Amino acid sequence: MTTTHTTYREAIREALREALRDDERVFLMGEDVGRYGGCFAVSLGLLEEFGPERIRDTPLSESAFVGAGIGAALAGMRPIVEIMTVNFSLLALDQILNNAATLLHMSGGQLGVPLVIRMTTGAGRQLAAQHSHSLEGWYAHIPGLRIIAPATLPDARGMLRPALECPDPVLMFEHGSLYNAAGELDEPAEPVDIDTAAIRRSGDDVSLITYGGTLPTTLTAAEQLAANNIQADVIDLRTLRPLDETTIVDSVRRTNHAVVIDEGWRSGSLSAEITARITEHAFYDLDAPVQRVCTAEVPMPYAKHLEDAALPQADDVVAAAQRAVG
Amino acid sequence: MNRRRSPAASAKTKQRTELLRQMVRIRRFEERCVELYSAAQIRGFMHLYIGEEAVAVGLLQTLSPDDAVVSTYREHGHALARGVPMVSVMAEMFGRTTGCSRGRGGSMHLFDASRRFYGGNAIVGGGLPIALGLALADAMLSRPQVTACLFGDGAVAEGEFHECLNLAALWRLPVLFCCENNLYAMGTALARAQAETDLALRASSYGMPSWAVDGMDVEAVAAAGNRAVETMRASPGPCFLELRTYRFRAHSMYDAERYRDKTEVEHWKQFDPIDKLTARMYDDGELADEAVKKLESEVDSELDDAVSEAQAGPLEPVEDLTRFVYTERP
Repeated sequence: MTTTHTTYREAIREALREALRDDERVFLMGEDVGRYGGCFAVSLGLLEEFGPERIRDTPLSESAFVGAGIGAALAGMRPIVEIMTVNFSLLALDQILNNAATLLHMSGGQLGVPLVIRMTTGAGRQLAAQHSHSLEGWYAHIPGLRIIAPATLPDARGMLRPALECPDPVLMFEHGSLYNAAGELDEPAEPVDIDTAAIRRSGDDVSLITYGGTLPTTLTAAEQLAANNIQADVIDLRTLRPLDETTIVDSVRRTNHAVVIDEGWRSGSLSAEITARITEHAFYDLDAPVQRVCTAEVPMPYAKHLEDAALPQADDVVAAAQRAVG
Repeated sequence: MNRRRSPAASAKTKQRTELLRQMVRIRRFEERCVELYSAAQIRGFMHLYIGEEAVAVGLLQTLSPDDAVVSTYREHGHALARGVPMVSVMAEMFGRTTGCSRGRGGSMHLFDASRRFYGGNAIVGGGLPIALGLALADAMLSRPQVTACLFGDGAVAEGEFHECLNLAALWRLPVLFCCENNLYAMGTALARAQAETDLALRASSYGMPSWAVDGMDVEAVAAAGNRAVETMRASPGPCFLELRTYRFRAHSMYDAERYRDKTEVEHWKQFDPIDKLTARMYDDGELADEAVKKLESEVDSELDDAVSEAQAGPLEPVEDLTRFVYTERP
């Protein structure tokens, strides 16, 4: 085993490379994944290594190429479809919701769709309202889909393999602000469990529940809380559907306080679902109402100070945790 | 007739008889569905194919069992012509476990993976991208199959139509785009929805061979289908067929048909594809009253058996409601 210094972007690229190398049925398609090297440079170099049959540049036709991924999966391939941002995935929502998520059920179990769709999500790069939203919670609403959100280097490296092994459609959300996150990573990569949430930091005073791009924010907040003698249990959901309710509830039963941090909007959000699950299963263990830190209910503004104000920040998490603990 | 017919002539007769039988099976199946619907034994949205049988029967006879078929919500005829057993289609109408989608799909979502029938898409245009993908997989795995993608004229207004014709032509994918132009998208006439009503012309602008065909003539459809499939097998790439047809019935069982005249419907009934082939066969001395009677009675008997077997089929236990949301793993 060796350790290499790498980034989240490179970790995903390495996972793609491994998948393409190990299984001839795997191919990558999407806008600019080939010659351009990927809109976020994730697939840089893969065209040279694997050729244009398996690293397929597509026209700007989200519905057609996502649906083509579904058809190819039905016919025995293992496609990985890249959509530049979750905002653009709405152009393929019909294919994702009405076909990928429903075909197995509508066909009485005959037509499984082993497809992986990767897309970026989230704000923080001043890209304004049509490139910055966090809609993974919407997708987590849909039965038939599995939703994963790698937040760490090992998950960025290790989640693609189980996603490809999954016989059902998996949507993988990569937060745009994580691509440059750097650190040490073991090679060969450890297999990642996409069925359970991970506890990224242990503490007995408050459960901080989050995923994806807000994990670093939450961990920063946890350090600040520790400086004030509040020990936080930080849960990284990793899989947004199906939710690992057990890990959440067990933590809250131990800490008796919960804060949910979600970059989605509060109304009708994943944070609302998690809060509801806590009240359903651990209401009598709570010493205070569940707190939430979400994005302000505005389309994401461009100006830096407004974008920062709209997004969950570490200070917001600290304040929410302090309110919860009292 | 005591004159011996040549082997070629008798093969042709046999083929025509089979085309006729398939069209009659579809027609009688749907007429029975109307009765069952009126008796409230079948529910949901149900879209009838009556009048359009020549398209399904003519087209699907050109395909091999390994080819793929992608269909729409008006797909009883497509499923039957593809060889999905009548009893499993009927059981699906009754919502039975023995239905081809275990009762989870109903009239609009007939599937049969074993026959590569990727059925029943109820979103107009929604099946086209899937057809691309099926063809892409076949191409990448060096399989010689083609994918027939059936859709109506309404789909031509959808973005997917243009996205998919472009991509199929760009990537040289073996998709046979089959547009069943029955002149109405639900209740909106073609000319009220499309700036250019020559659909084959529009498809040809994507650089693929495109033909407009008399969709009321099963032999014309079969000939065009054969030509298109031969073209695709000889040189990979999509083809487009505009099949000009007409539905004698309303869009669905809920449709009061306020958008078109009865005289127009009556006019089109003169081109009934079953009558047309029957008359042609009579003229050519290939059919006699007795043979017609025999064919009708065979179809009736198949249908009676299908209905009684379907009605007797078990319902899925409610405990199994949430099965098939995710693949079951041991």
